[in-house]
Amino acid sequence: MAMPLPLGRHEGGSTHPGRSATSPGKTGLWVFMAVVTMLFALLLFAYMMRMQLYDWHPLPLPWQLWLSTTLLAASSLALLVARLGVWRGRWGEVRVGMAVGGGFAIAFVACQGWAWQQLLEWDYGVAGNPANSFFYLFTALHGLHVLGGLIALGLTARRLRREGPAAGIAVQLCARYWHFLLAVWLVLFGTLGTLTPALARSICGGLLG
Amino acid sequence: MAYSHGDGHHPPQSFWTRYVWSQDHKVIAVQYTITAILIGLVGLVLSNLMRLQLGFPGRFAFIDAQHYYQFVTMHGMIMVIYLLTALFLGGFGNYLIPLMVGARDMVFPFLNMLSYWVYLVAVLVLVASFFVPGGPTGAGWTLYPPQAILPGTPGDGAGIILMLVSLLIFIVAATMGGLNYVTTVLQARTEGMTMFRLPLSVWGIFMATILALLAFPALFVSAVMMLLDKTLGTSFFMPAVISLGQTLGYKGGSPLLFQHLFWFFGHPEVYIVALPAFGIVSDLISTHARKNIFGYRMMVWAIIAIGVLSVVVWAHHMFVSGMNPYFGFFFATTTLIIAIPTALKVYNWVLTLWRGNIHLTVPMLFAIAFVSMFTIGGLTGLFLGNVSVDIPLSNTYFVVAHFHMVMGVAPILVVFGGLYHWFPKVTGRMLNDTLGKLHFWITFVGTYLIYFPMHYLGFLGMPRRYYAYDNYQFIPPSAQQLNVFITVVALIVGVAQLLFLFNLAWSAFKGRLAGPNPWGATTLEWQTPDTPPTHGNWGEAQPVVYRWAYEYSVPGATEDFVPQNLMPEGEGEGE
Repeated sequence: MAMPLPLGRHEGGSTHPGRSATSPGKTGLWVFMAVVTMLFALLLFAYMMRMQLYDWHPLPLPWQLWLSTTLLAASSLALLVARLGVWRGRWGEVRVGMAVGGGFAIAFVACQGWAWQQLLEWDYGVAGNPANSFFYLFTALHGLHVLGGLIALGLTARRLRREGPAAGIAVQLCARYWHFLLAVWLVLFGTLGTLTPALARSICGGLLG
Repeated sequence: MAYSHGDGHHPPQSFWTRYVWSQDHKVIAVQYTITAILIGLVGLVLSNLMRLQLGFPGRFAFIDAQHYYQFVTMHGMIMVIYLLTALFLGGFGNYLIPLMVGARDMVFPFLNMLSYWVYLVAVLVLVASFFVPGGPTGAGWTLYPPQAILPGTPGDGAGIILMLVSLLIFIVAATMGGLNYVTTVLQARTEGMTMFRLPLSVWGIFMATILALLAFPALFVSAVMMLLDKTLGTSFFMPAVISLGQTLGYKGGSPLLFQHLFWFFGHPEVYIVALPAFGIVSDLISTHARKNIFGYRMMVWAIIAIGVLSVVVWAHHMFVSGMNPYFGFFFATTTLIIAIPTALKVYNWVLTLWRGNIHLTVPMLFAIAFVSMFTIGGLTGLFLGNVSVDIPLSNTYFVVAHFHMVMGVAPILVVFGGLYHWFPKVTGRMLNDTLGKLHFWITFVGTYLIYFPMHYLGFLGMPRRYYAYDNYQFIPPSAQQLNVFITVVALIVGVAQLLFLFNLAWSAFKGRLAGPNPWGATTLEWQTPDTPPTHGNWGEAQPVVYRWAYEYSVPGATEDFVPQNLMPEGEGEGE
């Protein structure tokens, strides 16, 4: 399902003279990213509050997470290449970037699953400890957002059959979302790896009481 | 037509694409409205069943304690989320935003259609919970853990799971709709329609949508975490509990964490339904008093200020929760500060009415009733915003009276006012005036008679949430007489809503023809070439806006209103 273009006052153009620089898709994506940011920010706040309680035992982070981080970064980089391809009008590079980026993103999700498997082997089940529960929740929600992004990526790839500004904007939006997903993952991964209850307390003070 | 080619948006051809799988914002708005009203009727019946128990305890055998709590819970959840939120954003938002900003449709019509169907699924899942073993959840609309998922609470099995799943689905629908509303307001305004020329209805819905987009994630997070606590045995919220003599597997979770997350959603939710009401009521008052809105810019900034403040007051719902007592001071202060922009709006509504040419039409009656209801309900909010006053009153009927007046009845009055006001545009026919006035007076006087005495019951110490009030020494027998009175009025008001439903159904086909602009309003939705507006809204060319939305009774003008898109005299030929 292709996203319909703005219904213009002028044929195929913008609805508002002087406003043509921004497509509705861009604004829509910014708003969506704000919503997702809120979702993960609240999760992180809940994480900081929950980790203050006596039963918190941090879990070891499996090495697979480093691999998946690399894969997601590679995926983001590939989409950057695609986006630059749009800029230069080299549609071959766009296609390669999109395909490679999609491939790396699928590999990322698979690698996250591998990390889950590793943790389950070590007997860190989802209900074993709240730290485990949060780990699975973070990775699952982030993974779902990557999968949703892959759907958008697939739809965009289909649109590449007709090269033009519309397809270009779609690629640009995909790339932007991918960088965002990478940033979210880096924050989540960093939090999982470094945040201790004491550190959280010193950041938030009495707020966690 | 020129606009229907090459932009991926053709007029629908068949019955199915026109009325069912429609991507037209006007059809989606009607779908949202009808669904919300239908599920709202369920909420209404539930409230009357509750009142039957409170007025005539034990008289109706089928209302046992378990059912009573299920009625309470589902009534609250349905009214706040599935009726008011869906109706204001999905119904009014969908219909009014594109028409009022002069757009042909929402910017993402497919997403818009999806939003409605996902909302419908959420409603169906909610309804399904009535039919599963154990029935729907009876945990109270706030679904506080640990009791919400523990044995002993009605509907602790499939009921609570379906409730949480339904909420998650609803949030997905609301987000899809919300992305559309915000982006349409920002991107699809027609030429000349600056942000400070937007009608206040759009401003209210716009700000409420931003709040919804930022607050619903908190509900999403808490619902997911509670679902995991229930199904996978995690301990996000669940502390170590011994339930019915058995030690459960939970350990160390924090029920307080849930309350923070829930109210971080829950308080903005109050304004998600109040801000659209504020906006719509401003337009109703200005139009039917034939006078420009007093202090337009002030009104806009007040909407923004209320929106911003509403996300830093959530813990005033938790004064009795055992949270850090120092929080109380902060949250009481922010809560009281909200009274400033809110009072400013009330003053401006009254000053708009002052020396206006007031037409007591049905929409206007509802608008004035809103100002009254909202002011009284808001004043008791000032009482409850203070920690020391809140603590003794928190668990009494005083709170029930407060929130029903301020965020239950008041927004519903605006829903009615809005439906009476825009029905002629939606259907091309007027609602019946006599039926409308009858409906208004019964509803307005009735709701006052229901909720005003509850303040008194609250002062007496009558606790809320209780199923029965036998053998409480401190509750005098007169309280029971008052309860009987309230129940009788509630039943009358409940039945009177049938008048409204009949009016809607009858007038849609048999009502007096309305013409394009029966109220003489300035805003763009009344200036469409066709009534009801057809696909694409504007025919050949979109309107061009030359002025704000409130040019009423302008000295020297030929009529007592000047539409936003009327070209000023002496202006060049233009387009």
